[in-house]
Amino acid sequence: MSEKPMPETTWDADEFGWFGGEGAWGGRFMPEALVAALEELTVAYNEAMADPEFVKAFEDSLVDYANVPSPLYEAKHLSEQYGVRILLKREDLNHTGAHKIRNVLGQALLTKRMGKTRVIAETGAGQHGVASATAAAYFGLDCTVYMGAVDTRRQALNVARMELLGAKVIAVESGSATLKDAINEALRDWVASVDHTAYLFGTAAGPHPFPSMVRDFTRGIGDEARAQCLAKYGVLPDAIAACVGGGSNAIGLFTAFLDDADTAIYGFEAGGDGVETGRHAATIVAGGSGVLHGARTYVLQDDDGQTIESHSISAGLDYPGVGPQHAWLAASGRATYEAVTDAEAMKAFQHLARTEGIIPAIESSHALAGALRLAPKLAAEKGKDAILLINLSGRGDKDMGTALDYFNLGEPTGETA
Amino acid sequence: MSTVLNTTGRAFEKARAENRAALIGYLPAGFPDLQGSIDAIKVMVEHGCDIIEIGLPYTDPVLDGPTIQAAAQQALDNGIRTKQVLEVVEAVAAFGAPTLVMTYWGPVERYGVEKFAADLAAAGGAGLITPDITPDFGQEWIAAADKHGLDKVFLVAPSSTDERIAMTTAAARGFVYAAAVMGVTGKTAANIDIVAPLVARTKATTTTPVGVGIGVSNGQQAAEIAAHADAVIVGSAFVKTLLEAPDRETGLRNLAALTEDLAAGVRRG
Repeated sequence: MSEKPMPETTWDADEFGWFGGEGAWGGRFMPEALVAALEELTVAYNEAMADPEFVKAFEDSLVDYANVPSPLYEAKHLSEQYGVRILLKREDLNHTGAHKIRNVLGQALLTKRMGKTRVIAETGAGQHGVASATAAAYFGLDCTVYMGAVDTRRQALNVARMELLGAKVIAVESGSATLKDAINEALRDWVASVDHTAYLFGTAAGPHPFPSMVRDFTRGIGDEARAQCLAKYGVLPDAIAACVGGGSNAIGLFTAFLDDADTAIYGFEAGGDGVETGRHAATIVAGGSGVLHGARTYVLQDDDGQTIESHSISAGLDYPGVGPQHAWLAASGRATYEAVTDAEAMKAFQHLARTEGIIPAIESSHALAGALRLAPKLAAEKGKDAILLINLSGRGDKDMGTALDYFNLGEPTGETA
Repeated sequence: MSTVLNTTGRAFEKARAENRAALIGYLPAGFPDLQGSIDAIKVMVEHGCDIIEIGLPYTDPVLDGPTIQAAAQQALDNGIRTKQVLEVVEAVAAFGAPTLVMTYWGPVERYGVEKFAADLAAAGGAGLITPDITPDFGQEWIAAADKHGLDKVFLVAPSSTDERIAMTTAAARGFVYAAAVMGVTGKTAANIDIVAPLVARTKATTTTPVGVGIGVSNGQQAAEIAAHADAVIVGSAFVKTLLEAPDRETGLRNLAALTEDLAAGVRRG
């Protein structure tokens, strides 16, 4: 694991939402009809974050309702197997079962502060949809969730959860009927309803200020993990890892460590059937600079700038774009992004279940698989006390249908005693 | 290659001389197929469209409703890409109506902004309408358009502040596109109570013509809007006419009738 010199730069966006300098990554490529709403949101967000009462209310809701800080758990069996200390940031133990609750509590609280009465959200795996429906119920807001029709079928349990929580779930049939099309449809709704509706964007992508706002609402992951690691081990981790679809859990973890030059940062994208097959969602690894959903970032696109449909066994990573701050971290060399295939992720999914008794989300299994690929190198370079910190961003209950099909589960094979 | 630069200005002059608003018609390139789109636009020009907007089919059209999205998807499925769009521009510009391209930004950036501007100008295109680029994030396009003498049509919306309207009209050339409704194309009818104040606020900042689009589908609506605006822009209604026709010939016949209805509307306004 080589240490890279840190570029002298800021990792934050400027006031126009550009990461890495004007015109580089991010910005706001949006219809004029939404610009007023985005500017209103930017002002409201900046004012809210400068208001101690808002910050306290947000933090109280996290602690009292969402069950954070989540534990930093040393996976002892895995650590023994791989010869380094493997720490899991247990975001799967948060209320609703993923890191997503942090972001939506922040955005829903802001919605209330702005006097709006309705929220819309898009969702892939359903985690953000469930979290949005939960926050809407908690704060007394109407909620509509857009979900690709393909995803409603592979995440039927989460659709039922959203409906039980009082949300209206709309299956989007257009395009590839996955996350990107759900975002398109949510944006269309927002254009027509912006006077009373807030868009709870589910990942650190989209037009300014969403990438910065979602990052700030999720940065508790890294702030907590950094403090927990220092308190327990007296040192910072040698490497940290997270899965990257749009990139909210990853940026939430990475942010606290960006200025820690000795901590290597890894993002693992969905390699699907393998990057070489073209059926994947490895946007940074195999995409190019483009504009999608309001930001300049890495995009899977053809030679004419038409978006290419992504593929991943994980609905939550099945997105042909990525948050623009990740684009900047990749371009600057501060973070390293690699692809993990469906098969590698499912192997890690099963391995964690059997080794530690934890069933992770398939999204998180990508981070786990990628990190375990790094572990031997880290062990060789730094020995058994080296620390590899992995964000376990969500739990795998929602993915049992996929696991059932993939591993042919549900047919007992053991004989009676 | 013809070079027909900045002719939207001439189209507006002609309409103004006839004391009426201009009619601007939209159709995606390659819908229902490459030659079909050229034939359809020829009918639209012959029956009263003063200016033509050619849509560049895109996979993620966030400001378009289901009608235009379906047509654009059909064009994409037919293999229509940027190169063919420019071919349609060249063919259509020859019919004599100023021809602009309406495009989301992704394909332009991928093609190369400067190259796109050069090739569009060489094809006889008059400029671009950019639904997801506002002037404050469109500096690269503004520079390329200025270099090649192309129109820069930016949008204003009912939600735009007066400051943003002033910023937008200062950067616009050709005309300013006023979105009549807070919504996507083809779903909600334009409401004159929303349109009129927006046009008035826009005109207070500029002498550039103001066209109103989104939510206009018949001659009566066109007449109402033409009383306030310099142009009436129609898209989904043309697309729907072709989508719903049982065959190509009927589609073109219905397209001619709709164009005439709208052209009469802008003359009543």
